[in-house]
Order: sequence, then structure tokens, then C-alpha cells
Amino acid sequence: MAEDTVADIKRKSLSIIVTKGSLDWAYPPFILATTAAALDYDVTLFFTFYGLALVKKKLDPKFTVLGNGAMEMPMFGTHIAMPNIMAMIPGVDAVAGSMMKKMIKDKGVASLDELREAAILSDVRMIACQMTVDLFEYKREDLIDEIELGGAATYFEVASNTHINMFI
Amino acid sequence: MAEHVLDAKGLNCPLPILKAKKMLKSIPKDDVLVIYATDPGSVADFAAFCSQTGNELLESGQEGDTFVFKIKHTAD
Repeated sequence: MAEDTVADIKRKSLSIIVTKGSLDWAYPPFILATTAAALDYDVTLFFTFYGLALVKKKLDPKFTVLGNGAMEMPMFGTHIAMPNIMAMIPGVDAVAGSMMKKMIKDKGVASLDELREAAILSDVRMIACQMTVDLFEYKREDLIDEIELGGAATYFEVASNTHINMFI
Repeated sequence: MAEHVLDAKGLNCPLPILKAKKMLKSIPKDDVLVIYATDPGSVADFAAFCSQTGNELLESGQEGDTFVFKIKHTAD
């Protein structure tokens, strides 16, 4: 029996390995997942390491200016960069995070809660990496009800039958 | 063939697409969804949305600062 190839799959499909859980990095996977679902793709998100923060019941991603040389905020009619040393000052990350959230709201960009809810409603399959759940000592009840638990083999079972596989 | 209106003005990517998809699912086949948006990216995105979902983009235009799209619900 010949094995099916991705070319035989009628519905288009997308999988994303989600490894990052900060406010800024949370957007790409949820934007791509919800949009792909709206385009009738079958979508699977595989959350591992810090990506697990995005499937906790309470979604409250943090933000840091640290280690991001490209980050600059539009301020006073120009763009102000945030040198790494600023992250040392207590409160700077929190303020930068609030500024980012305000900017997101003012520009009509969806909130993460909204996007995650849209992903759930459009049947995006979400898998949390069992190993990292154990490693960071999360409990099943810390995570949203819609999440499944699985490992690398589960991921490959999905990925080998998926048109587009990404790592974020 | 009725027309339904979606006001997506002020919303940014991907919200106009997500809301349009949701509304298309709720309207009868062959009805038309009229979408008003201000996101300049929506011009390319609604064309891509229609070509990938099999709905028909009847019209893609602009009235002042507002982009207007007419999509016929032709997909299953």
C-alpha cells in the first residue's frame, strides 16, 4: 500500500512549534494559526518550553527589553531604542510592557486573549509538550482545558502529514 | 441575494479576516458580505482570503480612507 504524501491531503494544513512566551513573541503563532484556520487550514500548535506560558489558564505574558537590539518604541515623534542596561532598572520592563499593550490596543491589534479564544473556537489543535510540562512542574489544571499532552513523536505524526511546518 | 455588512474599521491584521470568515459562515450561500476596513494590508489579504477559501471577491475598492470589499459566499 502506497503511503499518502502531503500532496494527497485535500485540506491545507499548518503546524507551528511554539517555543517562546513573551508578549511580543506570542503574536506570530496566534496570528498565523487563526488566519490559517480562517483560510480553512487544519492547524496544530505544539507548545514547548517558554511557549507553555501561552496555554496557561491565565494568559499574562511578560515583556523584556533585554537582548533585543532591534526593539525601538515610537515616542516623541521618533523611535527610541532601549539599551540592554535599561532592563536592569526595576520597573523598566513592566513599563515597556504596558506601553506595548497600549500601543497594541490603540492600533486596533487584537489582544492575545482574543486571538487565543479565536484559535480555540476555530478548532486549532493545541498540544503541550509533556516533557517540558513536567520539567517546569506545571499541572494539567494550570493549562487551558482544550490542550492535549504529547511528545516529540506526536509532533512528528502531525508534521509528516502537514504542508507547512514552522518553528517560532 | 441579500447583502450583509461587516464594519471592520479600526481593526488590524488578522481581525478583519477572522471576523469576515465568521460572518461568511453565518450567512446563506450566494449572499454578499460587504466589508468596510481601514487596514491597508486588508486589500492584499482579502484577495488572498478569497482565492484560498473559494469565495468570490466581487469588488475591492476605496471610499476616502475606507477600503470596501464585496465577497460572495460561494464556498461550502
